[in-house]
Amino acid sequence: MSLYYVQKLLYQLNRDPHVRERFASSRDSLLSEYELTAEERNAIADGDIGLLYVMGVNGQILMHYSALIGQNWDEYIAAMRGGVKIHGPVRGGLYTMLEDRKP
Amino acid sequence: MSLVFAGVCSHAPGITGRAQRADPKVRDAFYAKLAELRARLEAAMPDALIVIAAEHFANFFMNNMPAYCMGMADQYEGPIEDEQWLAIKRTRVPGNADLARRIVKRMMHDIDLAYAEEWKFDHGIMVPLNFLTPRYDLAVIPVNINCQGPPLTPLHRAYEFGRILRRACDAQPERIAVVGTGGISHWPATPDSGVINETWDRAFLDKFVHNRSDELVAYSDEETFRDAGQGGFEIRTFIAVAGATEGSTGEVLFYAPIPAFAVGCTVAVMTVGAASRRDSAR
Repeated sequence: MSLYYVQKLLYQLNRDPHVRERFASSRDSLLSEYELTAEERNAIADGDIGLLYVMGVNGQILMHYSALIGQNWDEYIAAMRGGVKIHGPVRGGLYTMLEDRKP
Repeated sequence: MSLVFAGVCSHAPGITGRAQRADPKVRDAFYAKLAELRARLEAAMPDALIVIAAEHFANFFMNNMPAYCMGMADQYEGPIEDEQWLAIKRTRVPGNADLARRIVKRMMHDIDLAYAEEWKFDHGIMVPLNFLTPRYDLAVIPVNINCQGPPLTPLHRAYEFGRILRRACDAQPERIAVVGTGGISHWPATPDSGVINETWDRAFLDKFVHNRSDELVAYSDEETFRDAGQGGFEIRTFIAVAGATEGSTGEVLFYAPIPAFAVGCTVAVMTVGAASRRDSAR
């Protein structure tokens, strides 16, 4: 797991038009610059919002990536719920700060 | 001159971006109170508006996360978000680098804070400005308190930050307003988006408007997360405003849970009394 780099890439994607251009034109080369597992790389490349949420990506980063790939608000919420259904509870990050809610 | 106005309001992106989803009656009552906040702000005739916000990974990330940061630029831009998504047009917002520099310099005697000469506003500042300075004709000085990436600054430090900010404002010739913007309880951008703990919010607001500092700073982050969600960490912005108005009380102009906006929508003002004796003696 390298949640830090998953979030860093999405953070830069959200705020930097040049990173967005590279994401569109040379995605593999952009993704190779971050220390990502295959699962993380695929989740980002496929726009798998549900899995990214389960990995622990902060919603304040994730909701903008969701909008970038064309999801509306309802689709975004549904994607996260779907992710939990398929992959189980959130694995890391801020949303696991309570001991009794850790997976 | 000094601090001339202090208030707080919500900033959730749904307030503008998903306006049509809310019950129009409640929404319009909320908008009316934001308009009243604007009128009160304008009546105080400020030269600059300090917005104490809790931004959401627009400028600050965990590679270098300041607990506190103040903007020190002559202009800013925002929103960083998609204009349609937020329903706010991208614009330039005037700043006041000279005044901000003087405030930062003064504050550094008593508390450590970072500064930024470049800052892109996200909804956390643009939504309040959309209602409070919609013509973008008032100099804005942004402040960020990290409420997103733990470890977060302890609540008593947020109160102290407000006290120190107040002292620095009172040492300037300009008329300065401060508006804090954050939570209160909410679970933004998660599957629990729309959940609001009204009981918790009202209890917090009661402590806030009565400026019961001991109670305001007594929440642990675990308690806040459990009862008020990760969005509840943004009470730091309100607590800083309480610190800036230490010894004074205030008034809740509006509070109503608006699930479509994913937050208990809040508008409140604090009286700006004389600086506390403790400070003026120094």
